[in-house]
Amino acid sequence: MTQSPSGKLALNIMHFARVLREAGLPVGPGHVIDALDAAQAGALRSREDFYWTLHAVFVKRREQTEVFDQAFHVFWKKPKMLEQLMQLMFQQITRPADEKAKKAGFRRLAEAMFEKVETQSRREEKPGALDFDATFSHSAMEVLRKKDFEQMTVTEQAQARQAIARLRVHRLEIRTRRFRPYHSGERVDLRRTLKGSLRAGGHLIDLARRERQWREPPLVVLCDISGSCSNYSRMFLHFLHGLMNDRERVSVFLFGTRLTNISRELKRRDVDEAMAKVSSAVQDWSGGTRIGSALKEFNYKWARRVLTQGAHVLLMTDGLDREDVSLLESEMARLRRSARRIVWLNPLLRYQGFEARAAGIRAMMPYIDEFRPVHSLESLADLAAALASPKRAEHDPKQWLKAG
Amino acid sequence: MPKPLPASIDATAALLSTENYIADRALSTVVFLALKMGRPLFLEGEAGVGKTEIAKVLAQALGRRLIRLQCYEGLDVNAAVYEWNYSAQMIEIRLAEAAGELDRDRLGHDIFSERFLTKRPLLQALEAPKGAAPVLLIDELDRTDEAFEAFLLEVLSDFQVTIPELGTIAAEEPPIVVITSNRTREVHDALKRRCLYHWVGYPDAEREIAIIKARRPEAPAALAREVVSFVQALRKGELYKAPGVAETLDWVSALHELDAISLDPQTVNDTLGVLLKYQDDIVRLEGSEAKRILDQIKAEIGAMSRV
Repeated sequence: MTQSPSGKLALNIMHFARVLREAGLPVGPGHVIDALDAAQAGALRSREDFYWTLHAVFVKRREQTEVFDQAFHVFWKKPKMLEQLMQLMFQQITRPADEKAKKAGFRRLAEAMFEKVETQSRREEKPGALDFDATFSHSAMEVLRKKDFEQMTVTEQAQARQAIARLRVHRLEIRTRRFRPYHSGERVDLRRTLKGSLRAGGHLIDLARRERQWREPPLVVLCDISGSCSNYSRMFLHFLHGLMNDRERVSVFLFGTRLTNISRELKRRDVDEAMAKVSSAVQDWSGGTRIGSALKEFNYKWARRVLTQGAHVLLMTDGLDREDVSLLESEMARLRRSARRIVWLNPLLRYQGFEARAAGIRAMMPYIDEFRPVHSLESLADLAAALASPKRAEHDPKQWLKAG
Repeated sequence: MPKPLPASIDATAALLSTENYIADRALSTVVFLALKMGRPLFLEGEAGVGKTEIAKVLAQALGRRLIRLQCYEGLDVNAAVYEWNYSAQMIEIRLAEAAGELDRDRLGHDIFSERFLTKRPLLQALEAPKGAAPVLLIDELDRTDEAFEAFLLEVLSDFQVTIPELGTIAAEEPPIVVITSNRTREVHDALKRRCLYHWVGYPDAEREIAIIKARRPEAPAALAREVVSFVQALRKGELYKAPGVAETLDWVSALHELDAISLDPQTVNDTLGVLLKYQDDIVRLEGSEAKRILDQIKAEIGAMSRV
C-alpha cells in the first residue's frame, strides 16, 4: 500500500462507510476522515492490517463487529461485489435455508447494499425485491407469535401519566458519593468557603456547607409475557413506557420462553410507535414460561451490565414455572446477590384466597424484599395503586410463606 | 529516557513483546494507530485479559511516566484534576491578617497560586514537557457515573482543563491515553466516538502458551500446555465467570510453587480457588467434572504428540 491513499482508495473507503451506515452502524463523516488518516498512517502491509485499521475506526461496540466483518469481506473482496451479492440474494429466494444468510447482521447488510444496486446500476430484476423480505423473517425454530397492540387512547395516556406521577414506591432514592451545595448540610464546603471569604477580603470566614446528593437508582424490570400473563401485558407495557420517559436508567426485559431486551425500543417517545417496535422485537408472546432459564440468561448475559450502582429490580410474573424448580431457586439466589432490592409484582393475587403453594412461587419467595399483589388489572390506575401503597404486612414475603 | 513511537505495526508488536506482552495482530494494529493518530485507546473486555497491562507495558517500553486514574462512583474534579490545599490557604490568610497586610487583590492572587494547588492525575498528565508525554491510564471507566464521563469529553478532545482561578492549562503534547472498561454498564457513544475502540478477547491456546512462556518462564512447558488446554476447555463450558489470562498466570505460579509438573485431579481440586472466583462455579467443577475435563485434555495432548 502506498503512503497516501490514492483517489480510488479514498473513494472506496467512503463508499464502504456508506454501506456500513446503511447497515445500521453509526458512521459519520468524522469517521471517514479518521479512516483516511488511519490508512495514510501507512505501514499497512496485509489485508489483515487493513481490516483491523478500519475496524478500529468504524466499530465502537462489540456487537457491531459481526456486521463490520461481513461488510468488509463482501466489499473488499472483488470489484464486482455488488453483483455478486445480488446473485446471492436471488439464490435466497429459491433456496431460503442457505447457511450463509443466517449469520447475524447479514440481512441488514444485504438490504443496505441491495438498495444501492437498485439505484446505481438500474438492474431489471426488480420484481424480486419485494418477495425476499418475507423469506428471511421466519428463521426461528419455535412456534412464535406476534402480538398487535391496540393504539392507546388519549384518556389512557392521561391516566398513565397521572398514575406514574403518583407512583412513589420506586422513587426510593439512594445516596450517591457526590455532594451539592446546601445551606444546612453536614459538611463544610471548603472551596466555596475560601472563595467567599476572599470576597470579604479575608476578614470573615463564613462556612459554606454541602450535603450528599441523592439519586434514583437504576431500575431493571423483568416482565413475564407468557400466556398466563398475557392479559395485562399491554397495559403493563404502556406503564413501562411512561416510566421510561419519566426517569433515567431504566432497562426493561421481557421473557416467555426467551429473554428480550426492549429498552431501546421502549425509548421511542410516541407510545404507539414504541409498542410497534416492541411487538416486532419480541417473538414469544403468549407462549410458555421458563422463568428459571430466563433468569439464568439474564444473570449470565445482562446482570453484570445493568445491575450496577445499586440497581433495583421489579419482577412481574405469576411465578408458575413449568420447569425444574431448583434452577429457578439458584438463579433467584444469584439475582438476589447482585440486586440491591427486588420487588415482585404478582397478578395471580387477583383471585381470592391465593396461597403461596405452587413450587415456583415458594422457591422465589425467600429471595425477594417486597411482594406486591395486584388485585385488579383492569386499569393502569389500579396497577399504580398497587405499586404505590405504603409497605404493609401483606407485602412481606415471609407472611405468604407462613400462610402457604 | 523517552523513546520514539514505533513506525509500523510490526514494530509495535515487537515493542510490546520486549516487555513480555504478547499481543495479537488486531491489538497491535489498534495500538499502533492510537499512537500514530494521537487518539485515546478504548479497551473493553472481561476482567483479567490484560487491558490495564497494555498501558503499563506501553509506559515501560516507551520510557514514559505512567499516570493512573482509577475510576470509582462519585469521582469528581477534586479527585481527578486538581484540588486547592485549603488548610495551607487558611494559614496564609491568618498570617496575612497577623501581619496586617490585608490587600484583597494581592491576597486573592497569592492564595490561588500554583503553590497551593494539589495536582491530580488528569492535570499531571497535561503538564509533561514536549517529547515526553506520559501514558495516562483511565482505568475501569464504567465504574464512574455519566457526569464524569461528560467531563472527560472535554479533556480528551482538547487536552486542556480550565481552573477558574488560574486559567486554562493545555498540554504541550497530548498524553498517550488508554481507557479501560469492564462493561458493567454501557459507556456513552459520544465518548467512544473520540477513541479507537477495541474489544480484548480471550487469547487462543497458542498465544496463551506464549504468554505463559514470556511471563512465567520458570514453569515447565508441559505444565503450561496442560494448564492452557484446561483453561480453554473451561472457557468453552458454562461458567458464570470464565477465568482470564491473569488467572491462568496465577494458576501456573501456584502450581509451580506446589512443585507440580503435571495436572492431576487432586491438585486441580485443591487449587481451583485460584482459577474460579465464584462459589457456584467451584462447586460445579469440583470432583468429577474437573476429572472429566482433565482426562479429555490429556487424551487430546497425547493424540497431538503422537502426530
